[in-house]
Amino acid sequence: MSMIFGVPMAVLSGQLLIGIINGAFYALLSLGLAIIFGLLKIINFAHGAMYMLGAMATVIMFDALDVNYWVALFLAPVLVGIVGVFVEYFLLRRIAGQDHIYSLLLTFGVALIMQGVLTNIYGVSGLRYAMPDMFKGGVNLGFMFMPYYRAWVIVAALLVCFGTWFMVEKTKLGAYLRAGTEDSQLMQGFGINVPLLVSLTYGFGVMLAAFAGVLAAPIYSVTPVMGSHILIVVFAVVVIGGMGSIGGAIITGILMGVVEGLTKTFYPPASSAVIFLVMVIVLMIRPHGLFGKES
Amino acid sequence: MSQIDIQSSIQKTILKQQKAEDRRKLVLNGILLMLLLLAPFVIYPVFLMKILCFALFAAAFNLLFGFTGLLSFGHAAFLATGGYTTGYLLSNYSGLTTEMGIIAGTLMATVLGLGFALLSIRRQGIYFAMVTLALAQLVFFFFVQSSFTGGEDGLHGVPRGELFGLINLEDNLNMYYFVLAVFLACYLLIQRIVSSPYGHVLKAIKQNEPRAVSLGYKVDRYKVLAFVISAALAGLAGSMKSVVFQLASLNDAHWHMSGEVILMTLVGGMGTLLGPVLGATLVVNIEYQLGQGPLRDWVDPILGAIFVITVLAFRSGIVGEVQKFVRKNIG
Amino acid sequence: MTIMKKLLTSAVASAMMVGGAQAEISNNTVKIGYLADMSGTYRDLAGPNGLSALEMAVADFGGTVKGAKIEIVTADDRNSPDVASSTVRRWLENDNVDMVAGLVASSVTIAATKVIEENNKLGLVNGSAASSITNEHCTPNHIHYTYDTYPLSVGTPTAIVKEGGKSWYILTADYAFGHSLESDVTRMVESNGGEIVDSIRHPFPTPDFSSFILQAQASGADVVALANAGADTTNAITTASEFGLTQSGQTLAALLLFLTDVHALGAETAQGIQLTTGWYWDKDKEARAWSDRFMKETGVRPTMVHAGIYSSTIQYLNAIEATGSDDSQTVRKQMMDTPINDMFTKNGRIREDGRMVHDMYLAQVKTPEESNSEWDLYKILRTIPADEAFRPLSDSKCKLVSSN
Repeated sequence: MSMIFGVPMAVLSGQLLIGIINGAFYALLSLGLAIIFGLLKIINFAHGAMYMLGAMATVIMFDALDVNYWVALFLAPVLVGIVGVFVEYFLLRRIAGQDHIYSLLLTFGVALIMQGVLTNIYGVSGLRYAMPDMFKGGVNLGFMFMPYYRAWVIVAALLVCFGTWFMVEKTKLGAYLRAGTEDSQLMQGFGINVPLLVSLTYGFGVMLAAFAGVLAAPIYSVTPVMGSHILIVVFAVVVIGGMGSIGGAIITGILMGVVEGLTKTFYPPASSAVIFLVMVIVLMIRPHGLFGKES
Repeated sequence: MSQIDIQSSIQKTILKQQKAEDRRKLVLNGILLMLLLLAPFVIYPVFLMKILCFALFAAAFNLLFGFTGLLSFGHAAFLATGGYTTGYLLSNYSGLTTEMGIIAGTLMATVLGLGFALLSIRRQGIYFAMVTLALAQLVFFFFVQSSFTGGEDGLHGVPRGELFGLINLEDNLNMYYFVLAVFLACYLLIQRIVSSPYGHVLKAIKQNEPRAVSLGYKVDRYKVLAFVISAALAGLAGSMKSVVFQLASLNDAHWHMSGEVILMTLVGGMGTLLGPVLGATLVVNIEYQLGQGPLRDWVDPILGAIFVITVLAFRSGIVGEVQKFVRKNIG
Repeated sequence: MTIMKKLLTSAVASAMMVGGAQAEISNNTVKIGYLADMSGTYRDLAGPNGLSALEMAVADFGGTVKGAKIEIVTADDRNSPDVASSTVRRWLENDNVDMVAGLVASSVTIAATKVIEENNKLGLVNGSAASSITNEHCTPNHIHYTYDTYPLSVGTPTAIVKEGGKSWYILTADYAFGHSLESDVTRMVESNGGEIVDSIRHPFPTPDFSSFILQAQASGADVVALANAGADTTNAITTASEFGLTQSGQTLAALLLFLTDVHALGAETAQGIQLTTGWYWDKDKEARAWSDRFMKETGVRPTMVHAGIYSSTIQYLNAIEATGSDDSQTVRKQMMDTPINDMFTKNGRIREDGRMVHDMYLAQVKTPEESNSEWDLYKILRTIPADEAFRPLSDSKCKLVSSN
């Protein structure tokens, strides 16, 4: 068997693939953050909590109402999106125009509330969500066993990422959005309801987080604190990509998944720190991230 | 009356008002000092020391955030570095007196602060916050991996020892007056810094950095110095904390601690001298009281709600809002 | 001479009177402080339900012991040694607390027991895993009751190696608890004729285990052992089942798993996993009866920690009843002299290092077909006798062990 730095080639290919899968996941989460920051200038520290809500909603709806996976994949993000619209309308709107930092603190508070309340109701051991039947099992790729579900995760995440990028950057709706947030008075003048647009954008951003939450439900243990672990990693991804750059968030997400995967092979204890090392280095060389524009 | 007379009389009244205000402040400070001196006879001293350590930590953070406008999301790194250094030295070298351990911890945090500052100071706004966060995460990783920190278990049994080899700090009252003295010295130092010409430049940078640059100030140097002082004081807070509690742990290095100090500063009033002190007192009390009472399972959501309410309703914090109120209605 | 003798005896008698005064219950109240993680990672294994277990014990005494009132105060340790140390210090120095119960995260326990020793009070440790608590960190002021990492490494590894699982791959949580579990397991596996192929240290916490599970699969080891806890363990098990680890012929061994973890995983995912536990709610009639009461209070079945909290509190109050004193050393001695026979264990005894030694159990998670109800999750494969389960005193580094 051929070896690379003492690691068999087959193991390495497996790790690369796993890295890409996790990367697609990071991409999905950081995409929502990037949209919210890029268009609304809100630093959304509640993003991890929204991801958690998506996963929790999936489990709770299944237990209480027998809502199946496919319905949840659509319904959970919509519900969380509505929560997001409420958060924007009742809270974030009141600090529009203030320093970004306040949005960070406000959403951090919101996240603490959501996490704490759900912990008191559901505990922290995790809720059970059975793998949907059609995804049970997997295929042997020769160098690794590939569960069907992970293949689905990568397809679903990349589809949604690409679709979102296309919508924001290439369609008329996206153009309105970008224009509306750059010069709201002008757009108001054109008869476009900018405040509504802002609420919907925030709602859409957190929907993406919730979608990632639904994808996560069958494979990770679903707990009220699952979002707090992943939050700052995803934040690091967005910062490395360049805050607000949508394409940058997607590419960096996948890249960081791979970097983390390789670290897990060569020096596992550092796998939780490596992203921050990359972040420091990138910001030293490019102050606005890999794909960020000078503001 | 001539123009000049009017002007001089106005000046006189202003001076008189100033004097009255100074006197008021003096009396107020005197009362506060008396309260602080007598407090350990009424309130459990270790709890008071905890408050003082966090108050110093918040005041140090506020020097950077409130007066210079730089939001560091990595201040936990300095608190922990101070604590671990002091804790390690005092536990392993019995010849060291307590103040030497504390000075060493503070120096270590100062050096680390300089490193952080040089790497981050050119970054603006959110990027600055994120670089400091990333650096602090790397420091956290270092502490998790190093054997001298005791990892997750923490560093236990730090001896309080004797101050200058003379005063026994095992005694809670002695320890309290030592912590109080250090705290007051630092508080006065911060007060001096803020009202010095250097402090005015910091405020100018906060208000309008490009203008400060165009006025010919070497803005980066000012910011680096502010960062280093802030890190040093945060480290000092950590060092004292490790002596008071006789332990240093990973909690101090976690990013949640960096978030908590923001909360303390914000609630009390950023950019005011008394604000962070009040904020730290409040947050430590809330955590303690709630942790004991029937609402103990709800500490996190309540802290979250305080974040939300502060940001929405009184962004200038308690002290800031009181100042505003006084200015509007009395001044 | 006789006068002298008389004088002397009366002096002795009056001295004993003074001694007797010491033997009274201070403030005529027995105050118990319950310190545990009420809101974080370890909430479910002890937490608010552990408080219910404690309250049940107090209620069984009718709220008083020897005429003294029993009071409970509670605090959330927030998994922070800082909070633990300052809370316990205040309780003992300021609030007249006599005994501290709960004590979950090992960092919290080590910090708390240092303060308890300083104040010469008593701590009953139930939640913590680290065996160092009665080894290098032992004090004359605490008792470690429910379990520790030593029996965890004895039970499962010995059984699996005997069944033919010779080569081992260990996934270790990268902190003190994981490291000590790893070294204990390594020693056990090797002394039984197995070998450690490799081990990997993962950050704590790790949300995604796929990369590590893949490496474990590639190692070709017979057994993949998880030297971690809580969400890390459940995440690793879920991922292992997803990647077909057991289907490819490898055995999965979780070294520390609580009933609440298994309940969260469900029998479907967790079936077949072998684990070591200090107690199981369905292990015998007495345990079942108590568990039914517990379930009425809390709505869930108790973990071994919940049972340990109840049992140790009863032992503590019994000792006060017997001696009429709440002095920590008097009570501890009485507890050491009294064998423990209750719903928790039979013939349990407390050693001089503060370790309560009792039988442990090797259990296996039932398949969904075998399981009759939501909480019907384990079958007991073997009882590990107390002497075999815990670290022998001859290996102890504890300062209290006389041979040291």
